[in-house]
Amino acid sequence: MKFLPLLFANLTRRKVRTTLTLGSFAVALFLFCLLVTIRAAFNQGVEAAGADRILVINKVSMIQPLPIAYRERLMRVPGVKEATFANWFGGVYQDEKNFFPQFAVDAETYRTIYTEFLVSPEEWQAFLADKQGAVVGKATADRFGWKVGDRIPIKGAIFPGDWEFNLRGIYTGRRPNDDLTQFWFRWDYLKEKAPPWAQNNVGWYTVRIAPGADSVKVAKAIDELFANSAWETRTQSESAFMASFVEQMGNIEFLMVAIGSVVFFTLLLVTGNTMATSVRERTGELAILKTVGFTDTSVLALVLIESVLVAAIGGALGIGLAKIFTLGGDPTKGMLASFYLPPAGIAAGAGLSLSVGLIAGLLPALGAMRLQVVDALRRL
Amino acid sequence: MALPLIYNLESVRVRWASTVVAVLGIAGSVGVFVAMLALARGFQAALVSSGSDRNAMVRRAGATSEMDSAITLDQLRAIEDSAEVARGADGPLVSPEVVVVAALPLKKSGTDANVQLRGVSLKALAVHDKVKVVEGRFFTPGLFELTVGKNARDAYRGVAVGDDVKLGGTSWKVVGSFDAGGSAFDSEIWCDANLLNATYQRPTGIHQSVAARLAEGDAVPALERRFAADPRMKVRVERETDYYLRASQQMTTFITVLGSLVALVMALGAVFAALNTMYSAVAERSREIATIRALGFGEGAVVLSFVIEALLVALAGGIVGCLAALPLNGLVTQTLNFQTFSHLSFAFRVTPEVVGWGIAFALLMGLVGGLPPAVRAARVPVVVALRDL
Repeated sequence: MKFLPLLFANLTRRKVRTTLTLGSFAVALFLFCLLVTIRAAFNQGVEAAGADRILVINKVSMIQPLPIAYRERLMRVPGVKEATFANWFGGVYQDEKNFFPQFAVDAETYRTIYTEFLVSPEEWQAFLADKQGAVVGKATADRFGWKVGDRIPIKGAIFPGDWEFNLRGIYTGRRPNDDLTQFWFRWDYLKEKAPPWAQNNVGWYTVRIAPGADSVKVAKAIDELFANSAWETRTQSESAFMASFVEQMGNIEFLMVAIGSVVFFTLLLVTGNTMATSVRERTGELAILKTVGFTDTSVLALVLIESVLVAAIGGALGIGLAKIFTLGGDPTKGMLASFYLPPAGIAAGAGLSLSVGLIAGLLPALGAMRLQVVDALRRL
Repeated sequence: MALPLIYNLESVRVRWASTVVAVLGIAGSVGVFVAMLALARGFQAALVSSGSDRNAMVRRAGATSEMDSAITLDQLRAIEDSAEVARGADGPLVSPEVVVVAALPLKKSGTDANVQLRGVSLKALAVHDKVKVVEGRFFTPGLFELTVGKNARDAYRGVAVGDDVKLGGTSWKVVGSFDAGGSAFDSEIWCDANLLNATYQRPTGIHQSVAARLAEGDAVPALERRFAADPRMKVRVERETDYYLRASQQMTTFITVLGSLVALVMALGAVFAALNTMYSAVAERSREIATIRALGFGEGAVVLSFVIEALLVALAGGIVGCLAALPLNGLVTQTLNFQTFSHLSFAFRVTPEVVGWGIAFALLMGLVGGLPPAVRAARVPVVVALRDL
């Protein structure tokens, strides 16, 4: 601790260099946190998936409908506690660029299954009382500046026509990574206005299984129940369904790791180079320190701590800025379901930052430790 | 009078370690930048090349993509009878099409992905003239046969020529595969439109889109006017290339925004590395600079010389970065096309334009990282620095 002033003096000797090295760390850690956030956004569906929820879709493909009559039969399958259904609406609000997911939902049962979404009881009652009512996630409401009571026109694409909804509620999430971009409206309104072919069909069912029931067995029982019917089903856990979506998005994981490695390799070079230069410049001083009685180990520690200190300050700066940046919301305007830096990412970033500081400082520190006093002083 | 370039080259060589650091830093950002641009360009190119300048695409008014569109038989007849549509030996060059998706297992992971199924007639080959059968044969209308795009054949399990595929409770035989020149069609599976309608329990006689070869290249406005005057035709006519360009926009913007963000942050880091290198260079060379000044070179010459040195380092970084990204060219990757919910294969495209942007990006980093140290170099007080000797 008593060497703190010495460390500080060393750092402030070349202010520009220290600032730039700090900056490099801050930038690298900012980028790391950004990548972690993007990855988390892609995996949001998998991570936020309910463990007790399974999804029933048409076996042919997810765009094929299922009959509304299946709900009654699903409810009779042992292990099924509740079943709700929804339709993808796919309408356009003002412009195709303003994309957000819209679902026609069964209002009564939807909320009892998706418990992570929070709506105040008054707003929910208003939604239940209005056939043209709608509830929207906070992210989408903020994006378009909607308030409860607004009338929202949406142009139907799959279900042609001009649709109008009354915004009755805005939902928030129980967890920070919940998807706050969805727009729900009532399925009975869809049924009333949709063309005849759509009136008795739903897009998919979400089933909540009873506590203790085996989801694999329940899924199998459901698929067997509807086997050889005109609408065969494919049932899987919500997380498996979401994972298959992520899989189709492409190899995000690889991209992140590739970019991350490039950045850290560069950072290692930059810091290593800076530390090496500053140790070289200070050869004389280090020799004098040794002459006045500093041991080899304490010289090693001195150089190493300086490097780690820079890493810690720069890293903290980068992580802090990234946290602030992610709080600002999704930069792609609605393409990502959530934009949230998870605590695990922060921890990993801090760990990486310190390791880089340690590794980059090691070689110069060893050099300083091995410094021969006589040789060094002669060079002065 | 300017300083000779050889002076800069020598200086760079002497400080090779920190030069390598700066070059690698810049190369890293340029590599990521170029890779992201190539990804976006490749995605766009795959979709845009699906369309032809000479084709019009007709969909229901208000439909956002082929998936949610519908064209009736009446409307199809009206399109076929339009004077603006080209005619071949077998009548008008009009291809009515049905588009649905099916879940098939991917080769690489075994998990299901959505493949786009396009129901067409034999006319499709005449209208989409880039599509060529390269293996086996085209399907026979009226039979449960499939012709598979080459990327779909490579991406999915069990769709090689000769395989039987179960789709919607019916067994289909793969009889051939086609090459559509790297376009989105390469990720599709084609079959008979009527059978596909029946299999998917869709109303008979309803198609989703109609592709029509135009008699003259600029006939889209004329066709629009004709349909606007016809109360039956609640349709939207677009040049095919425009439709696909728009369809690619969302994903292209997405990749570009995220990619640029990442590249920009990396660039900031690279500028720091360049600044560090150049500042150290200036600090170590103050006597040298003073000597040069004493010899009669002006401040401007010194600034220019240091900026040139920084640009040289940046250029080297840019070239290394582009070279590192070059092997990506042609590499086929897949993503989800949000417009159709189907899986789309496309190739990275490292075009000369993309490389040009990469080099420009590198030079910009060099300029930002080189200018402040260059100015400091020019301000080195000659007398003080020389006294140090």
